Amino acid sequence: MIAEVGLAALWLAAALALLQLAASLIGQRLGDARAIVVPVAVAQGALTLFAFSMLIWLFLRTDLSVELVAANSHSQKPWIYKLAGTWGNHEGSMLLWVTVLALAGAALAMLERRLPEKALQAALGAQSALALGFFAFLLLASNPFARLNPAPPEGQGLNPLLQDPGLAFHPPTLYIGYVGLSVAFSLAVGALVTRDVGPALARAMRPWVLGAWVLLTIGIVAGSYWAYYELGWGGWWFWDPVENASLMPWLAATALLHSINVLAARGGLRTWTIMLAVVAFSMSMVGTFLVRSGILTSVHSFAVDPTRGSFILALLTIYIGGALALFALRVGTVREGARFDLVSREGALVANNLILSVILGTVFVGTLYPLFVEAATGEKISVGPPYFNAVTGPLTLALALLLFLGPLLNWRRDGRPNMRRIALPLIVTAGVFVASFALQPAMSALTRLGLSVAAGLAVASFLPLVGRKLRQTPLANWGMVISHLGVAVTMAGAAADTAFTQERLAAARPGETLQLGPWSVLFLGVDPVAGPNWTAVEGHLSATRGGATLRLDPQSRFFSDPQTETNEAAIDTLWDGQLYTVLGRAEPDGRWQLRLWWKPLVTLLWLGGALIALGGLLALIGRLLRDRRQRVRAEEAFG
Amino acid sequence: MKPRLWLALPLIVFGLFLLAVGWRLSSPPDPTVKSRLVGQPIPDFTLAAAVPGKAGLVSADLKDGGPRLVNLFASWCVPCLAEAPVLMDLKRRGLPIDGIAIRDASADVAEFLMKHGDPFRRIGADPQSQLQMTLGSSGVPESFIVDARGVIRYQHIGPIMPQDVPMILAEWEKAR
Repeated sequence: MIAEVGLAALWLAAALALLQLAASLIGQRLGDARAIVVPVAVAQGALTLFAFSMLIWLFLRTDLSVELVAANSHSQKPWIYKLAGTWGNHEGSMLLWVTVLALAGAALAMLERRLPEKALQAALGAQSALALGFFAFLLLASNPFARLNPAPPEGQGLNPLLQDPGLAFHPPTLYIGYVGLSVAFSLAVGALVTRDVGPALARAMRPWVLGAWVLLTIGIVAGSYWAYYELGWGGWWFWDPVENASLMPWLAATALLHSINVLAARGGLRTWTIMLAVVAFSMSMVGTFLVRSGILTSVHSFAVDPTRGSFILALLTIYIGGALALFALRVGTVREGARFDLVSREGALVANNLILSVILGTVFVGTLYPLFVEAATGEKISVGPPYFNAVTGPLTLALALLLFLGPLLNWRRDGRPNMRRIALPLIVTAGVFVASFALQPAMSALTRLGLSVAAGLAVASFLPLVGRKLRQTPLANWGMVISHLGVAVTMAGAAADTAFTQERLAAARPGETLQLGPWSVLFLGVDPVAGPNWTAVEGHLSATRGGATLRLDPQSRFFSDPQTETNEAAIDTLWDGQLYTVLGRAEPDGRWQLRLWWKPLVTLLWLGGALIALGGLLALIGRLLRDRRQRVRAEEAFG
Repeated sequence: MKPRLWLALPLIVFGLFLLAVGWRLSSPPDPTVKSRLVGQPIPDFTLAAAVPGKAGLVSADLKDGGPRLVNLFASWCVPCLAEAPVLMDLKRRGLPIDGIAIRDASADVAEFLMKHGDPFRRIGADPQSQLQMTLGSSGVPESFIVDARGVIRYQHIGPIMPQDVPMILAEWEKAR
């Protein structure tokens, strides 16, 4: 019964999306249709959320008569993984995707008051057109509520790699970020339809982009940390197609976030901002397609489902192709914005956008290059980290250097920028560069520059606050400072991990001691342990450095449903880095394989990521509070 | 106003993306490894009987009489369950089938045949996958059509599904 109610709600929501699309199309000709469009958008969001709750309920009850539950869950699973199992599979994750899309449409309908009525109506029309296609995909090609008759006695379980608290939060944050960008897309399409691009559009779009960007940042940072501790490889970014699929919308959204400020403050960069708004969500859809169709990851399996792949591809063709065609035809008629000099705040933001776009292009080409080559020549190749690191590394350095000066420049023109203001960060950069030779002579030039520039940027990021009254500085400026500081911290963490990490792979007998950098690690032995749905061999390690002693217990786990082995790394976080240990297999002679890493300062990577997201959150809160104040003031003035 | 071509650039890039991806969807990657032995005589081997009461398989058995299907299967192999009724169907259509049980125990094979039918004339046991390796097979189930002179004419990777039956019968006809 629950499944049927959920399915009915989904059909109703799809019908409402159709109604919303029709009403806003008719409204575009006849006038204001918001009286229909707005309540319909809200009802559509509520119904989709209801359908998604029904699926969660089915998973929590482990209702095995539902095919999706039987294939991806198990009655003997902790409740948190039953919950996470809802979106740990194709159909459930697509339903989550559509739920976020419909909720974003509902929120846009309820909250947006700045835009002219026609533009809002057109944007809600675009949003409902997006929703309609993905409803059709769910209902016709990926029904999450399909029944299984007869119901099996037990479910097939969830992939043990996914049985981790990380999974409970990582996909939802990432999806809200991905799909939150749909609002920027719809607003851009609405603006192209009504030919009305200006600061009002940028101000309406900005909180959506900020919010989506914050969640996307959190999702990517959390995903990176999850891969770092769950896969047991000690790496934090692998340039895997799925990772790139989340990075590309983030890069586009980051560029958009900066260009939107030019449009909001100065009315410039109209064409460019509209294009980025379209591209950002297009990248979300392309990413979803790449992940969901299995087109790039499926070297070893037949996971490509041609029906589903073609279905999403058809949707992409309509939405992205349509929006880009509309862009090419219409944007030429958009009035140009205010002019600016090369050396100005706008100029720096344009440079930022160009570099981010080149990085985006690099990742896009690198991710799809194997496909292009095979299509053209039949040859199978793969593009790995060397390419991505070689191209994105120097570009990121350039971006960081730009950050020294960019935020200090004046709007419109800055004929003679005061270079003395950035003297201090430049000195810090030079100092760290020289000191690094003493600290670690063997280091690649890129890593050394990364460390030095990161140190300089950490200082430079505070410069916009110099000479300001701190208590009167708007929250948005604080947000910018903190985000830019986060960039410096992340860069420092990445460079430190490359420069200073020490690794040891050894087979050891209980009682043996291994040396790893400043640590001596004593292997005490192994014990069997059992969890709710797994058994494991747990290794016991005692690590000492100076007077301090740590206990680490890495596990090698065996899951019975489905049968899989996973490594649970034991990681101890200290103020100056992480000790990362993995227990491998037993050798026939009674020794155990151990893999140990000492990673100084690696935690800065994710700390920086958290700062970047926090800065975005502060900016978002600042903008929303200011909008509210202005609205209250305006109402008082009229009242 | 002169047309600004660069405005269509994103559309062109997207078009290229669609072409590449569309190509991949229409011709999925083929990760299977074809045996080099197709067209070659089957190597010499001697396999003991996999189940009591049924003869084992010797390479000489394949070199007399007409063409036949040699099917590599195992009782622990899930796709083999799906294949079993199709093999029974092929047997009813007159195709002689010899079996090779890969890494299997006699009692398990017997139970498998009892539950899912026994289309085989002979079944040889290949407990260490040695013959399987020699044949250049990468998994179970897999089937070979061997002609009257013991030459491998066709290799089918994965389970033979109902839609494959006409093709298998055609290959069998060709091998006559």
